[in-house]
Amino acid sequence: MAHFSEILVSFFIVVGGIFGLVGSFGLVKLPDTMRRLHGPTKATTLGVGGVLIASMLYFLLFEGKLSFHELMITVFLFLTAPVTANFIAKTYMHLKVKPSELPETSTEYGWAGYDDPPVEVTEQSEKK
Amino acid sequence: MITYALMFGLGSFGLALVFNLYRIIRADNLADRILALDTMVINSIAILILFGILESTRVYFEASMLFAMVGFVSTVAYCRFLLRGDIIE
Repeated sequence: MAHFSEILVSFFIVVGGIFGLVGSFGLVKLPDTMRRLHGPTKATTLGVGGVLIASMLYFLLFEGKLSFHELMITVFLFLTAPVTANFIAKTYMHLKVKPSELPETSTEYGWAGYDDPPVEVTEQSEKK
Repeated sequence: MITYALMFGLGSFGLALVFNLYRIIRADNLADRILALDTMVINSIAILILFGILESTRVYFEASMLFAMVGFVSTVAYCRFLLRGDIIE
């Protein structure tokens, strides 16, 4: 039993390490910023997820206590990774991409960040 | 056995930090640097947790939680500053 749990914890640590390394290697290898966004935001979050699962299993199997701190960190990282990726992509577009280079959005609203947001007509704005 | 796996994990995340450092030094634009810094924060969280397993103590969870929060806030604040020229409007 102890042997099996050692194998399980080691497996998750190794998987997490490989994914973290691949994510950061993608940051070095991929050619431009928009493509570089793929590596870290997906693979590194998965790598940290693997390490956190390994940590949870370690404290559950070897010390007999289930802790939820790791779950909190996992949920926090999973919630914030898309937000940061969106912000970095918006910053890149703001710095480098001109509005004339963008295709049509195929809706009646323009691109977020360049055009005004759609105005919602409410009772308060009608009174003004 | 776990010790060898931990050595492998710490080594690979350390190498990942070196890659991030290279990308911070040789970046095309500021968005690239922000991305590399954000990845660096996530890799250091992983290293802190692996160190917690190595020492079999739970002291480092609070530290990694703080790292996660401060890293997110700083990334968003830097992006916001570049996007709008101001952080809190």
